[in-house]
Amino acid sequence: MKELLLDALHNEALVYTLMAFVPLAWVVPFALFAVWWERKISAHMQDRLGPMRTGGWHGWAQTIADILKLIQKEDIIPAAADRKLYILAPYLVFAGSYAAYAAIPFSAAYVGAGINIGLFYVISISSLVVVGLLMAGWASNNKWSLFGAMRSAAQIVSYEVPVALAILAVVMVSGSFDLQEINRQQAGWFWHWFVFQKFPFLFGALLIYFVASLAEVNRTPFDIPEAESELVAGYHTEYGGMRFALLFLSEYANMFAVSAIASTLFFGGWNSPFGEALAGPVWGLFWFLTKGMAFIFVQMWLRWTLPRLRVDQLMYVGWKVLIPFSFVIVLGVGFWVMALR
Amino acid sequence: MEETMTQPPVTPVAPQATPQGPATVAGFARALKTEEMVISMGPQHPSTHGVLRLELVVDGEVVVDVIPHIGYLHRCFEKHCEHMTNYQQVIPYADRMDYVAAMSNELGYVVAAERLLKITVPERVEYIRVIMAEFSRIVSHLIAIGTYGMDIGAFTPFLYCMRDRERVLDIFEQTCGARLLYNYMWIGGLSHDVPANFAEKVNDFCRYFRPKIRELNDLLSYNKIFIKRTANVGVLPAAVALNYGVSGPVLRGSGVAWDLRKNDPYSVYGKLDFEIPVGKGLKGTVGDCWDRYMVRVHEMEQSVNIIEQAVAKLPPGDIAAAIPKRIRPEAGDIYARTETPKGELGYYIVADGTASPFRVKVKSPCFVNLSALPAMSRGAMIADIVAILGSIDIVLGEVDR
Repeated sequence: MKELLLDALHNEALVYTLMAFVPLAWVVPFALFAVWWERKISAHMQDRLGPMRTGGWHGWAQTIADILKLIQKEDIIPAAADRKLYILAPYLVFAGSYAAYAAIPFSAAYVGAGINIGLFYVISISSLVVVGLLMAGWASNNKWSLFGAMRSAAQIVSYEVPVALAILAVVMVSGSFDLQEINRQQAGWFWHWFVFQKFPFLFGALLIYFVASLAEVNRTPFDIPEAESELVAGYHTEYGGMRFALLFLSEYANMFAVSAIASTLFFGGWNSPFGEALAGPVWGLFWFLTKGMAFIFVQMWLRWTLPRLRVDQLMYVGWKVLIPFSFVIVLGVGFWVMALR
Repeated sequence: MEETMTQPPVTPVAPQATPQGPATVAGFARALKTEEMVISMGPQHPSTHGVLRLELVVDGEVVVDVIPHIGYLHRCFEKHCEHMTNYQQVIPYADRMDYVAAMSNELGYVVAAERLLKITVPERVEYIRVIMAEFSRIVSHLIAIGTYGMDIGAFTPFLYCMRDRERVLDIFEQTCGARLLYNYMWIGGLSHDVPANFAEKVNDFCRYFRPKIRELNDLLSYNKIFIKRTANVGVLPAAVALNYGVSGPVLRGSGVAWDLRKNDPYSVYGKLDFEIPVGKGLKGTVGDCWDRYMVRVHEMEQSVNIIEQAVAKLPPGDIAAAIPKRIRPEAGDIYARTETPKGELGYYIVADGTASPFRVKVKSPCFVNLSALPAMSRGAMIADIVAILGSIDIVLGEVDR
């Protein structure tokens, strides 16, 4: 895609700028859709209908109306807030989650930056979100926000360890940090996907990655930083209007980012499940998004089923359950790769 | 005594700080100046169940002390009663105390007033009152359980509970036209007789509701995370519970089988067969949040049993036969207590021979149960405070009156 644009425009800076906006063309409609979808899923799980009126068919325009409302809202900055940090924080949070999209391969023909350490880059750049969350909680000058920020910092930092170890297992099998290369290695029928390789180690790695990624994106049962019944709204208690919308957008962007990584690492990314059938750049995009949305659905499903852990129990799960198991997986995969190849 | 006095005074071992500063982790912690933070939870907070304000003294996430502040919903109920033109007019105000279980409040008041007036009401009225009071218990416990799930972070059980509650409210609506605040039980009788297909509707509900309790147990009660969050949290030992004078599911959760429907029967509860569920500490300690929660689940099952029996026994009769034309009790006083879903609700009525009460004092179970919150909460975490408060199941309308 980059080559195509370079041929057409002959301007490298312009091409890269354009390329940077391509994921936005997915993230924003995705967030609008996912919010509506989540409301519908939760409603149907709970014997309700959810939004039914706005836009006509099953309230499809509800989130669009909500966003328009948020844009029109008065921009309130609390008097006691640290103005600069308060304003900066939502952008930093969004930048962190959006930057991860640069290395996510949407299709065989499109990846924002096809760098050979793509996976490494995604792990590290998404940590930037923590800084933004801490900033938001601190700058709001509200004790509930501060609690939320502290919790989310502790949580995200702790759960990055099992995420990294689970990813390491895949890297040991593929021998590459390049997400496109990992995708190419899973080509063919669906049993070539890494989730079915080195059984049960990579399947275990998937479970650990998925659980830990729930914690990284603050979803139930790990939605402790914004635990509504305890902390009101956590770090975004004091945010309203467009700034709140931006934090919300980044949350959904994060949800898709971790789902995309999961589908790339374990479910063949843009590969068709049926070998050469239904393959190709456009079908690749379709498969990639479908797999990502399937993970999003599981995240929503869990959210509307499970209660929430307490903050110390969350740390227990992270350090004493997930990390030891991920070490076992890393050892197992390492042994398999080295000794039994 | 002498010996201990003669012993040299024990001085605490002072940490040896190195000139360069603290080198160990413990030394570093001592060198950091830490202090407790006071944080205000409520009156505008998603899970204080109304306008309760809790002043939390916290050390990080650990709660050192809790100081409840009440009175945001004070509506001068007791003073209002003194200015009614007659005794019947108090009933709509009684509805508004524990507004999720209004029928139970009415029952307490009419039982007290009827004892004051020394009138007996027809059996049919008593049976209908019991059915309504037990429905009211189911409604109240459904709200308690549903909101408790929400406090713990599970949203879905709440809507399942609200769905089942709707069915009960439909029965109330068919009977007296109101869904929340009924003014249904009058002194000496009822405002309306039950509709023609009442028994059928009630039995339909009972058949529908029993599987729903099992569904609730699968979804929430025995959920691993839910048990982790509630078992061994906010333990209230039986002795402490009795000292605080708590009642209702909070007392029974601590393992004390005390229920006024059995221990001091009123209305026709003596003629009905049911059990008193108590906390047994199945998942943790006796008297923890899970026990209090589970007592409510089992009480709903018992209420369904009571309702089925009462409907089967419902005798014919005139529900308005005993309603007095003129209510003017002789000078005197009465204290009557009934078992509402929240606990022991007592009305103390002083009559001075006129048509309106001289004084009405209410002993509110929620108020008393709330007083045990600090004892349960010290040393817990912030998330536990929400769990403990939810397990007490307060309604601020009744705490403040």
